[in-house]
Amino acid sequence: MSRADTAAVRPSAEAARGPNPLWTFGLLRSELVTTFRRWRTLALLAVLAAVPILVGIAVKIETGDGSSAGPGGGGEGGPAFIAQITNNGLFLVFTALAATLPFFLPMAIGVVAGDAIAGESSAGTLRYLLVAPAGRTRLLLTKYATVMAFCLVATLVVAVSALAVGALLFPLGDLTTISGTTIGFTDGLLRALLIALVVAASLTGVAALGLFVSTLTGSGIAAMATTVGLLITVQILDQIPQLHAIQPYLFSHYWLSFADLMRDPVYWDELEKNLGLQALYAAVFGSAAWARFTTKDITA
Amino acid sequence: MREPVEESEGSGESEESRESGDGDGNVIRTHALTKRYRGGQLAVDRLDLTVPAGSVFGFLGPNGSGKTTTIRMLMGLIEPTAGSARVLGHPMPRAARTVLPHVGALIEGPALYGFLSGRDNLLRYDAADPTADPRTRRTRVERALERVGLTAAAGKRARAYSLGMKQRLGLAAALLQPRRLLVLDEPTNGLDPQGMREIRSLVRELASDGTTVFLSSHLLDEIEQVCTHAAVMAQGRLITQGAVADLAAGARGRLVVTTPDTADAARVLKEQGAADVTAEEARVTAEPPDRDLAEVTVALVTAGVRVRGLTVERASLEDAFVALTGEGFDVAG
Repeated sequence: MSRADTAAVRPSAEAARGPNPLWTFGLLRSELVTTFRRWRTLALLAVLAAVPILVGIAVKIETGDGSSAGPGGGGEGGPAFIAQITNNGLFLVFTALAATLPFFLPMAIGVVAGDAIAGESSAGTLRYLLVAPAGRTRLLLTKYATVMAFCLVATLVVAVSALAVGALLFPLGDLTTISGTTIGFTDGLLRALLIALVVAASLTGVAALGLFVSTLTGSGIAAMATTVGLLITVQILDQIPQLHAIQPYLFSHYWLSFADLMRDPVYWDELEKNLGLQALYAAVFGSAAWARFTTKDITA
Repeated sequence: MREPVEESEGSGESEESRESGDGDGNVIRTHALTKRYRGGQLAVDRLDLTVPAGSVFGFLGPNGSGKTTTIRMLMGLIEPTAGSARVLGHPMPRAARTVLPHVGALIEGPALYGFLSGRDNLLRYDAADPTADPRTRRTRVERALERVGLTAAAGKRARAYSLGMKQRLGLAAALLQPRRLLVLDEPTNGLDPQGMREIRSLVRELASDGTTVFLSSHLLDEIEQVCTHAAVMAQGRLITQGAVADLAAGARGRLVVTTPDTADAARVLKEQGAADVTAEEARVTAEPPDRDLAEVTVALVTAGVRVRGLTVERASLEDAFVALTGEGFDVAG
């Protein structure tokens, strides 16, 4: 539609009003404000902020008698880095991100992305946005940008909450990398920020998938449930050894590769695969969402 | 004032752009506009609708007759299966971004963000329009709120609004900008009589400013009170369209003779060529015969019928409607 529009817009109607191209971002601003003012969004963020608090308190209680948490104790495993938290509170950031990335974070993204178009559709507000006219491509891009912003904010909420709890309950200082070398606290903090950014980027695939599902249905709840259901299915498929042939194509397969940023030197191989896979998901499902949304009859 | 018809793509459109009608005088013009839903249901069937500029256009039809589907096609929300639609001289839905900033619409009732205040709802809808200047956004919103009488309730969450208040807020959204066309689907739904009067006077006020108002309603007297033109749809087809006065005149009035001698009167009227003669208590009604009514009067009096009154009751739009569709305001099967 755009080619014909721009040709017609310039000389005729718009000349009188003279709209500034920057005004188009008013919708993005409105979308961000609307999303982050909703109680639902704030509740999701509160749940995410609570995870590091719970982990931190649990580790503190467990290790109150001087023993160390994690491997060696009763339960084998637990989230990555959990054993180091008592030595350095900064490790709580990595532990919290490793604990929330498989489910809590993508679920929150699934709710926001799934509701993005379908929620407007079921409330009937979609028709008024389009008649305003928001423009279908513009609205979809705005929605995707907002979901991405939510990915980033959600990840940072987990990281900042974990850093605060870690600093309160445990000592801070130089940290030991997985490779065994020691890096300074400032360097560690920078790596924590880098990890948060990588985790946020790991969620762009789910975000695109959720947005595509959102264009398929007129019910916000159905879109959210489908997205979260797909997430769980993919996580299960990723655990079945017989399916190893398809697993490298599952969007969650390389998620935990962010731990490689804690190696010295950093091991980039899987990190690159992860980011490449997320870009592929964003491209495929982003295009599918665009193809669907720009041709859809809006009857709600 | 009127824009020239802009065409940037030659093929297919060239035939239409040569039609002079679109550029001067018609705000909406559809040609064989058809919508068949995926289930095979034919919602709108080869609709040729013409809405003259400056008119208050009533769009009538029973529920399920295809009015809303038509409005959605005009607003670019639904892609037509066949045929074409032009709004403000541009093809829809292709030129939606050019056309829609000049169109305010209330479609199938208001839809609001319940968790936002009335004011924030309007701010959001205004932000959705890329041609709206953000510097004057608050002023526009306050003016629109004032216009529909919602200033006092603007800070309340829309979820707490009554249906009438929601309707007003929906109207305010349609009035954020000066519009060349206003599409109002059942605008008085949920309003009390005072609210209905306010909407009617608002429509008249807008029309006198030169805005074309396209008004769909199931309330015939409402259409009759405010509309200059009307179209009637039934089962996806356009039954008729034209000036309201012509439509009402199209349906013939009824001859009413008030008399104590109903039997004699009925016999004389039949002799005079009147059809569908019905005798009631103290009055006889019939379809007026083609001859001069003065002769009918003379015939009645000569036959010794004591005539108290003889009138032709003017046909209302409702009579015209029933005559055209063969049905009342029931849901079409």
